[in-house]
Amino acid sequence: MSENLSAFLYLVASICFIMALRGLSSPDTARGGNIYGIAGMVIAVLTTLFIPQVISPWLIFLGILIGGAIGSYIAWQIQMTALPQLVAAFHSLVGLAAVCVASAAFVAPEAYGIGLRGALSGTSLAEMALGLTIGAITFTGSVVAFAKLQGLVPGRPLVFPFQHPLNAALGLLMIALIILLVLTESTAVFALLVLLSLAFGFLLIVPIGGADMPVVISMLNSYSGWAACGIGFTLSNSLLIITGALVGSSGAILSYIMCRGMNRSIFNVILGGFGTAGGAAPTGPGGADRLVKSGSAEDAAFIMKNASSVIIVPGYGMAVAQAQHALREMADVLKKHGVKVSYAIHPVAGRMPGHMNVLLAEAAVSYDEVFELDEINRDFASTDVAFVIGANDVTNPAAKTDPTSPIYGMPILDVERAKTVLFVKRSMASGYAGVDNELFYRDNTMMLFGDAKKMCEDIFKALE
Amino acid sequence: MADPASLALRAGELAGDAGTLARNLEALSQQLAVAAQQAAHAGTPFVYQLTVFVLAVFVGYYVVWRVTPALHSPLMSVTNAVSSVIIVGAMIAAGPADISFAKLMGFVAVTLAAVNIFGGFIVTQRMLQMFHRKK
Repeated sequence: MSENLSAFLYLVASICFIMALRGLSSPDTARGGNIYGIAGMVIAVLTTLFIPQVISPWLIFLGILIGGAIGSYIAWQIQMTALPQLVAAFHSLVGLAAVCVASAAFVAPEAYGIGLRGALSGTSLAEMALGLTIGAITFTGSVVAFAKLQGLVPGRPLVFPFQHPLNAALGLLMIALIILLVLTESTAVFALLVLLSLAFGFLLIVPIGGADMPVVISMLNSYSGWAACGIGFTLSNSLLIITGALVGSSGAILSYIMCRGMNRSIFNVILGGFGTAGGAAPTGPGGADRLVKSGSAEDAAFIMKNASSVIIVPGYGMAVAQAQHALREMADVLKKHGVKVSYAIHPVAGRMPGHMNVLLAEAAVSYDEVFELDEINRDFASTDVAFVIGANDVTNPAAKTDPTSPIYGMPILDVERAKTVLFVKRSMASGYAGVDNELFYRDNTMMLFGDAKKMCEDIFKALE
Repeated sequence: MADPASLALRAGELAGDAGTLARNLEALSQQLAVAAQQAAHAGTPFVYQLTVFVLAVFVGYYVVWRVTPALHSPLMSVTNAVSSVIIVGAMIAAGPADISFAKLMGFVAVTLAAVNIFGGFIVTQRMLQMFHRKK
């Protein structure tokens, strides 16, 4: 296959990938978009099979067979609640693949037509080092994120002394090594750079945890794109550059949206340690000895049955309890009783962007009943019942009223404006930010203590 | 309402404008052709790649802002799948006839990327299949 033809086909594949992202602007066009994505990938792989450098394709077939079988199996088995850790694991693979390709390009650059071993241009080496470094950071960073989300290590941020000076020193050392690599093309420097980048990725993500996970995942998503981009520069392949840039900017935008949802800067998140140092002690007068009104499933059923409208606010707790199906059944009965039911989703609800939307979709909730913060926040004032299930910080009015609160300035769902607020919660424990929620003590709030799934089932029974 | 005479006058002016525009465009395209020829001689591969990169970042920026927040999870899994296009680089490494360190690295990378490609697209498809509107 001539170089021009393969370049043209790579262009077609790039366009397919752009169309795949374009399709996601609405659920109606999204499935078509995914087909574009698959088509683009097939074109890219087939084209590469027929370029002159690929002489013996057998190992490639074997790799695709093994990888494809594993990937398909995992993807069909995975529970939708485990989506965040799956995506984290997948990111780590892209990072590792980038490291492998960069290494291959370093030891055998002639296969890529970028020069000869020992006589590589500075530009090539710099590009290689960039792809390698970002890939390695993506790999270990994603492994840590996976371990946290899967519960293999504690999800809370792990802080240790001299964290920031250590990271800064490591970062500077890596830059020095990249310069050294460009000057000397030494294999030892290359290997050292790999090790340091791996360590850096680990240290970068360890201090971030809990409700910051959506930002972490988006950030790693972005890194995996830039890694592909770096490899694209190394190999002078515009398909990789274009795709990497698309993915990189997509992850960056998602990180920005998540940070905005928490009213925090990206630097604040990266520095980590949120929720452990500053706001650890529950604030607010009284603390534990204030009175809360708690109710039973029957009480909740009675209140909601007699309401004319209910807004459900799901949070991470719903995902943990796998309560989405029970919740939808409860909502169905309410609708039968003539109650208008809608769902309000905070941008950072759950552990990855859009997590709650997928879980509700899985439970067959129609997507036109599900609203984003901006779309629904006005409606709380005219709503009879706000049913908060597994969410806490995103409803805390302290974000609007208390400038000393760690969550001050975060956009919240105005559930307190509803006539009655029902809180499904396991205990009185404060949310991730470590802030007491004064909503619990209000007269129009009723706490429903218990497991989210069991509570929905009990309310369902009481409604029947 | 305008009378036919002034209407005809306006149409005439419009045609004149269009003519000017066409001439300008022609001149511009000639200039571009000359510039492109110069660029082909003067530009290094890196500058060309940088151009592609910057344009792609812009395309990504505008396309992704149009993605509805409800589909942010599928966005993440599909971008994850497409970023495995790195398999292209891996295949070239795994392509030579003789076994070498580079070829083995290429094989590992092909396998990893394939996990991602299949896994990413299937999981995206599964998610998107669930988004329904009530009939």
